[in-house]
Amino acid sequence: MEKRQYNDLVSQHKPQESRIQNAMIAFLVGGVVGILGQLLVEFYSYYLDISSKDASVFMIVTLIFFASLFTALGFFDKWVNFAKCGLIIPITGFAHSMTSAGIEYKKEGPIFGVGSNIFKLAGSVILYGVVSAWFFGLIRLIIVGG
Amino acid sequence: MIYIYSFLFAGILCLIAQVILDNTKLTPGHITSIFVVTGAALDTFSIYDKIIAYVGGGALVPITSFGHLLIHGALDKAGDYGFIGLIMGMFDLTASGITAAIVFTFIFTLFFKPKD
Repeated sequence: MEKRQYNDLVSQHKPQESRIQNAMIAFLVGGVVGILGQLLVEFYSYYLDISSKDASVFMIVTLIFFASLFTALGFFDKWVNFAKCGLIIPITGFAHSMTSAGIEYKKEGPIFGVGSNIFKLAGSVILYGVVSAWFFGLIRLIIVGG
Repeated sequence: MIYIYSFLFAGILCLIAQVILDNTKLTPGHITSIFVVTGAALDTFSIYDKIIAYVGGGALVPITSFGHLLIHGALDKAGDYGFIGLIMGMFDLTASGITAAIVFTFIFTLFFKPKD
């Protein structure tokens, strides 16, 4: 079979992914997670009688807990494949990347498997977050002074 | 009204990320890193604080708020201790999120096996 024919055949059987559809799904799912965040903040600040700043900590921990649990149970991967950035950009993506790496490398042992791979994907977020926060903080400290 | 703002803000951030993901060769790792740096940059002059006051939970959920919390903790401590405070306070506000993610991940990896 010629190369061109082969490429034609491959492109026929490739799953069609519409970029517009992907973007709309990411928008809707991300938006729903945003509403969920606001709902949880109000829920915690009302029922636990705490400030909304403390309630936001509870909210983030709740989202991380459920993202982590659903990843461990195995069906969060499908959700992420469907919603893509809709679930990667919220804090759920951070927890998902850690738990999925941890479970994937479990068979290689507690130190070289789980221990050294848990931050394989989330590590870049922490590295560049800390470096940029330090750098921008330094700039602000020099310009404004605190 | 704050729910609509939450929906729109979080949704639009995810939309931007998805458009970048589909149209460039950047991976989700690149994009989350870019968004964290953006969050830290926006909070350098307290812009992200204003967004949170306006949008509420919708601005706390995306990963940009992680960068915002990092620099916010650092600047809080820097107010008391100067330059060394930037290092002391870096993880003050994000500690809960990172610790929760680590602890939950560890517990779940003890009990669950990979699917296939």
